[in-house]
Amino acid sequence: MLRTVTLAAIAAMGLAGTAMAAETETHITDYDFPYEGPFGAFDQMQLQRGLQVYTEVCAACHGLQYVSYRTLHDEGGPGLPEDQVRAYAAQFETFDEELDDFRPATPADHFGKSAMPEAPDLSLMAKSRAGFSGPYGSGLNQLFKGMGGPEYIASLLTGYEEAPACAPEDFPGYYNVAFAAGGYPEECIDEEGHHVAPGSWIAMPPPLLGDDVVYEDGHEASVVEESKDVTAFLMWAAEPKMMARKQAGFTGVLFLGLLAVLLYFTNKRIWYRAKYGPRDE
Amino acid sequence: MSGIPHDHYEPKTGGERWLNNRLPVLGLLYDTLMIPTPKNLNWMWIWGIVLTFTLALQIVTGIVLVMHYTPHVDMAFASVEHIMRDVNGGFMLRYIHANGASLFFVAVYAHIFRSLYYGNYKSPREVTWIIGILMYLLMMGTAFMGYVLPWGQMSFHGTAVITGLFGAIPFVGESIQTWLLGASAVGQPALNRFFSLHYLMPFILAGLTIVHIWAFHSTGNNNPTGVEVRRTSKEEAKRDTLPFWPYFVMKDLFALAIVLMIFFAIVGFMPNYLGHPDNYIEANPLATPAHIVPEWYFLPFYAILRAFTADVWVVMFANWVTFGIVDAKFFGVLAMFGAIAVIALAPWLDTSSVRSGRYRPMFKWWFALLVVDFFVLMWVGAMPAEGIYPYISLIGAAYWFGYFLVVLPLLGVIEKPLPIPATIEDDFNAHYDPKTGGTHTAVKPAE
Repeated sequence: MLRTVTLAAIAAMGLAGTAMAAETETHITDYDFPYEGPFGAFDQMQLQRGLQVYTEVCAACHGLQYVSYRTLHDEGGPGLPEDQVRAYAAQFETFDEELDDFRPATPADHFGKSAMPEAPDLSLMAKSRAGFSGPYGSGLNQLFKGMGGPEYIASLLTGYEEAPACAPEDFPGYYNVAFAAGGYPEECIDEEGHHVAPGSWIAMPPPLLGDDVVYEDGHEASVVEESKDVTAFLMWAAEPKMMARKQAGFTGVLFLGLLAVLLYFTNKRIWYRAKYGPRDE
Repeated sequence: MSGIPHDHYEPKTGGERWLNNRLPVLGLLYDTLMIPTPKNLNWMWIWGIVLTFTLALQIVTGIVLVMHYTPHVDMAFASVEHIMRDVNGGFMLRYIHANGASLFFVAVYAHIFRSLYYGNYKSPREVTWIIGILMYLLMMGTAFMGYVLPWGQMSFHGTAVITGLFGAIPFVGESIQTWLLGASAVGQPALNRFFSLHYLMPFILAGLTIVHIWAFHSTGNNNPTGVEVRRTSKEEAKRDTLPFWPYFVMKDLFALAIVLMIFFAIVGFMPNYLGHPDNYIEANPLATPAHIVPEWYFLPFYAILRAFTADVWVVMFANWVTFGIVDAKFFGVLAMFGAIAVIALAPWLDTSSVRSGRYRPMFKWWFALLVVDFFVLMWVGAMPAEGIYPYISLIGAAYWFGYFLVVLPLLGVIEKPLPIPATIEDDFNAHYDPKTGGTHTAVKPAE
């Protein structure tokens, strides 16, 4: 089920060069992802599709500097076979300090840094953009609806809309209803200082237009589907150990719960005599 | 060790006697573990064990994290990602350590408010109380410095804001700030010394833990009635107390298991919920986040810091009286530290002769309001300083000081306390009377 929620996000999405203190309303859609919830798991096919979108579209500008190629093979991740990982890495060049020259990348190397200096690195995007913790700063949307960075990324990728009529034609950037930290034309601010339209103007042109990639598994390549796929991939890139973490958490809770039950009865038994035993009044 | 009469350690074997004559360590262990403990302690007396465990957990996870961390401005952020991605189990170590800080503060706040309600701070336990407040201050310092180490945006800009507070001290402020940072701005020297101190301070905390336990083992524990254990004879003392082992060890371990269960659920399923997402962006001195927020456990005091703006009459008055030396910024800093200082002074501010809040009908309500105030301040500390929020902070801060400086001294004079039970045994037996099924609390008047 998709619900579009209007959030008063404080313009603290952390992008450089914006000094906007006013609250910007944004539209964030609560997309469903298979890895949500305590038992959710990454969908391997979705991660592979997302990798494809990243490689063919995003990588033109954005880097993934903390992620190494070999992790594409990892369990709980895209799970590419080793030979495919090697072939994937070999498409790219990496600078080798020992050779003092470029050479084809190996699985041990990392994805590159952003090709465009002003394009932020995407390694941790899904975790660093979880900041619309409303309502009223309580973080309840995040807690109960699981809304966080992935919802933000997918909403941003699908959030390009026709600019409101009040905006001048030549205003720099692209109007996006999910983006809070961008420029905003003065013409669209009313006398009380409120923005008449949600979102703001982002420097990134719409990256996905539909059918940008041809999925090998025949999956629909609409803007929404592509956005969800690449978002899931970016969530994995930011938190590659999510499956192991949830499993560790589950094991921890289970065993501590068992321990708690045993300790409860031990404690009850120890105290029984002190509480209800014979009393010398 | 304890003032409560009890059986002391008797070496049973030749080996024990040999060791104990040379170093009475077995006697010390025995007396510590078998200390007579009021048998009516309730579930709010479990936080000490939780805190001790958390300190150990933080030290152990921290030591392993240090093996993989690089305290360098260009490498710190990447080394944390290395821990998260490449180190075996590194993601769990880091998430346990980061959320462990939150567990630490949940436990310490519960511990402090427990003591404020049951009057644990009152004579003769003032030294335990003061050491406890010192430990709380050390914890805050340690947590703050630890937050700097990942070198994210909040690490960097939070450090700039907090060390900037010292810069507000008149005359010597700037020198102090430079001395703290090792430079005029946050950078490599600051990261290095914070790393060093973040490693050192937990061990001081461990030392103070021993002194804290020593202090309350000397006076004996307080308990929910605030009535002292009878000390005239061993027999009487035994009727008010039970040995720490096994009664309270088992009870505390059960509580610890429940607390850790919740803790592991957070670590496993929502480890970033309590953190700030901006700290997953590498520190960039040129891009200041629009909204710098400290971690949740600092928020109540951060709200008090920001509450006293230049248009508040107290601030204007202080400014006028001191010929402008105390400006709004310095006043805020004084208020923030003052808010902790008044907690430390509680033993001398509280004039009531009755220790436990259970028998103080008016105190109960003022105390409940203090707890609410604490959460309101926490919430408002996370809000931007605009609109109605500064007024809420101001009211909250005013009540915080009002509680300690006005309510506590006055209540002792005007309040008529309820009758307190004569002994701990009475309270315990009333609660666990097989005939009543243990439902009511003893209010037998003191004889």
